[in-house]
Amino acid sequence: MTTFDLAQAPLRELNQRLHNAPQGHWSIVHPDGRHCIAAGVDAPIDIEIEGHVGYYCGGMNKQARISINGSAGPGVAENMMSGTIRVKGNVSHCAGASGHGGLLIVEGDASARCGISMKGSDIVVAGSIGHLSAFMAQSGRLVVCGDAGDFLGDSIYEAIIYVGGSVSSLGADCVEKEMTAEHLKSLAELLSASGVKADPGRFRRYGSARKLYNFNIDHASDY
Amino acid sequence: MCGIVGIYLKNKELNNDLGAMLAAMLAQMSERGPDSAGIAVYRNTVDPSKIKLTLFGADAEYDWNQLRLRCARAFKAEPDIEIRASHAVFSIAAPLPDLKNWLNSHEPGLRIMSAGSTIEIYKEKGTPLEFIKRFHVQDFHGSHALGHTRMATESAVTTEHSHPFSTGLDLCLVHNGSLSNHNQLRERLQRNGIEFQTDNDSEVAAGYLMWQLQRGASLEEALTRALKDLDGFYTFAVGTRTGFAVLRDPIACKPAVMAENDDWVAMASEFRAIAQLPGVEKARVWEPAPATVYSWGDA
Amino acid sequence: MSSQPPLRPSATFPLDVLAEIHRAADQGIYEIRGFGTKRKVPNFDDLLFLGASMSRYPLEGYREKCATNITLGTRFAKRPVELKIPITIAGMSFGALGSHAKEALGRAATEMGTSTTTGDGGMTEEERQSSKTLVYQVLPSRYGLNPDDLRRADALEVVVGQGAKPGGGGMLLGQKITPRVAKMRDLPAGIDQRSACRHPDWTGPDDLEIKIQELREITDWQLPVYVKIGATRVAYDVALCVKAGADVIVLDGMQGGTAATQNVFIEQVGIPTLPAVRMAVDALKELGMHREVQLIVSGGIRTGADIAKALAMGADCVSIGSAAMVALGCNKAVHVEDYHALGTEPGYCHHCHTGRCPAGITTQDPQLEARLSPVQGARWVRNYLTTLMLEVQTIARACGKSHVLNLEPQDMVALTIEAAAMARIPLAGTNWIPGVNTPI
Repeated sequence: MTTFDLAQAPLRELNQRLHNAPQGHWSIVHPDGRHCIAAGVDAPIDIEIEGHVGYYCGGMNKQARISINGSAGPGVAENMMSGTIRVKGNVSHCAGASGHGGLLIVEGDASARCGISMKGSDIVVAGSIGHLSAFMAQSGRLVVCGDAGDFLGDSIYEAIIYVGGSVSSLGADCVEKEMTAEHLKSLAELLSASGVKADPGRFRRYGSARKLYNFNIDHASDY
Repeated sequence: MCGIVGIYLKNKELNNDLGAMLAAMLAQMSERGPDSAGIAVYRNTVDPSKIKLTLFGADAEYDWNQLRLRCARAFKAEPDIEIRASHAVFSIAAPLPDLKNWLNSHEPGLRIMSAGSTIEIYKEKGTPLEFIKRFHVQDFHGSHALGHTRMATESAVTTEHSHPFSTGLDLCLVHNGSLSNHNQLRERLQRNGIEFQTDNDSEVAAGYLMWQLQRGASLEEALTRALKDLDGFYTFAVGTRTGFAVLRDPIACKPAVMAENDDWVAMASEFRAIAQLPGVEKARVWEPAPATVYSWGDA
Repeated sequence: MSSQPPLRPSATFPLDVLAEIHRAADQGIYEIRGFGTKRKVPNFDDLLFLGASMSRYPLEGYREKCATNITLGTRFAKRPVELKIPITIAGMSFGALGSHAKEALGRAATEMGTSTTTGDGGMTEEERQSSKTLVYQVLPSRYGLNPDDLRRADALEVVVGQGAKPGGGGMLLGQKITPRVAKMRDLPAGIDQRSACRHPDWTGPDDLEIKIQELREITDWQLPVYVKIGATRVAYDVALCVKAGADVIVLDGMQGGTAATQNVFIEQVGIPTLPAVRMAVDALKELGMHREVQLIVSGGIRTGADIAKALAMGADCVSIGSAAMVALGCNKAVHVEDYHALGTEPGYCHHCHTGRCPAGITTQDPQLEARLSPVQGARWVRNYLTTLMLEVQTIARACGKSHVLNLEPQDMVALTIEAAAMARIPLAGTNWIPGVNTPI
């Protein structure tokens, strides 16, 4: 286990060492809300961050398994390609923005725009999420055990949203859809993979009505 | 293009540490606001017969002692003056409108930064770290404070364009974001008698709040109406004599983090400012929801 | 027999406006098209150079060199970009353009020692292989963005906006979203792409500063980071880009092209390149950052004269988009019947959005693409770039410059009052700059 103290050495040194490390187990202490911690890692390494982080923690992550034992600022796990990022606390806005793969787990709540522009990644939030989540979400799966804020899935493409609690309101072209056996299975697998306990049976599924896929004047007011 | 911070002490025993906490928070906002800094500190409430102003003198050689003498003669009352870098806290038993008129005619080189019983506002060009040093921010004691660091758009970074903007007695506002209808709003407010020093959008927000308060709205009502009348992106922190309030616009793209423990409530644009505070490990950390007024104290 | 009185057209409702209203009544949607501004705006044609004379001596050709090389990204990057010529190829997406066009541009740029730029769809293998120096865009849509491509790019370009549509996002219609394009963008094939106009994870220069920090951390601070803006509030925007930490600013005037956007956006939003350049250089100078943060200017750059004028006004480099496509055969009188099928003529075509480009450039249709050979296309673009540089050097030598970046505003005069005011260059034959001094 390698320990790195961000109160003693600069972020640049930490990230460079993480980029050069093909394997290993790291503990990062005194993050103190710093930005871009563990951004751009591309190796199957384990990273534990002891405390709260600022913006873009684990940005563009590939392969690494990152655990944030605290809360995260805006854009945690943005553009993630693979690997896992787990946040024990809450996450700020734009969590999991534009992710292509991998799994983001939030044990607390997420604020606005969770999963915005997602492109194939999976996000599981044990708590609730804020407004405009899954905005323009293209593909991937977003699971919310708690409630979802206003305009969920606004302008959504093919991403799938599962919500266990209530939805304040739906965004343009986002509708409730049937939960089939296949979806229940997919949801159960995600919950299991993320270690979040919830009963798949109480979730509802949301997705695109596909009315905005080609312009139709009768839907002009949705724009 | 800014950083904002706010700290409100629930535990009065920490009042002596207010300045140290404020300085630590402000320093963390240096990168997002490198051009100028400003603070509003609530401390040293004056006797009800008096009014307290913070005055800014651009001239480094300004003779504050002469001001004291001239004022004492004009108002038949001895003013107290506490000098801090380019500013002075000036309190006197005199009616505010008369005082303002007198200052405007006799001391055109001075700018009134704030007026009230408790508030003091200090703003200057330069980096936040320079500001903290020049104004000995860590030495302040008081009940609560707001701070702002600015990334300026216009080339002439001036003190006038810096925040906090004072909106009325013991009232101030700091803003992170960009309003889009402030020009029309400024004209409307000017027709209603509100005066502006700059073309800054944040000053319009401050003027708008003052206008609403003058018409009898509570601070919460004024901020709720702001949601309808102001267009654009904003996180506002507003200071009052006894507390402070926070408001984000409905889209809420500009950041805001809040934290609270038994001793204090804090807000900042980035968590790393809050990370500096004592007892942060025990604090509840959350993000204010959009279009929702949060307030503490009797704000 | 009395003669027919002449027909009187309306200046308020000319034929094209009448046709547009009829079309809107039919379709219920704004006109979408490609290409750039068609309306006339003050531009570089309104400036002229003062060549050598009794008081200024020209350089000969050949041994009396007029150097053209530039360096971009000196502020923070470990590996700045070195270019042999101050002309780059602007960002145009694979999706908007076909793969042959992208490859042709890459080959030509490599041969001329300059760069190409990816677009709103990500990096293709063809472009990375064919282009020796490749700038990788980070756009609001984030289509195809990934850290591997980030690391194998030579520079990054954070796109805030473009001249054709400042405040608008990318647009690609269903007919161009082929399976390959769809896969790159993670979209269903055949649908109309809706694009974000803001970045998903930051808004404003204070947060852009942190985003740029993230991109630098991911690439270990090796690469220059450009920030691209459409020309609107240029003075403020350039200052904020500098403060947010940009190495290079790419400024795209309203004449800048696009493969698809609303006509109203192209024609009615943004300011011309001419005043934009002046405002940008003023802002950089006020911050003491002129030449420290390099300025690349685009939007209606067509000739060597345009380039020389942009440089003389203080730009470090220009970028071409539409002109590069014209060099590839856009609007050439070949396959004329296909222009007719689109309802247009060579010389008038702006139908990039249809995917039926008669020249095989802005299309995904293999049959149309086959008309553009990457090798032949590369030769055309190389020839065009060579011609441009010869023109720039001709002008620079005539002004006595041994390096093209030594051109300065005082080497020029203006032909119109608007151009004089916008460029802050005196009206020819006078010392008058409107707004600056009174005429003698």
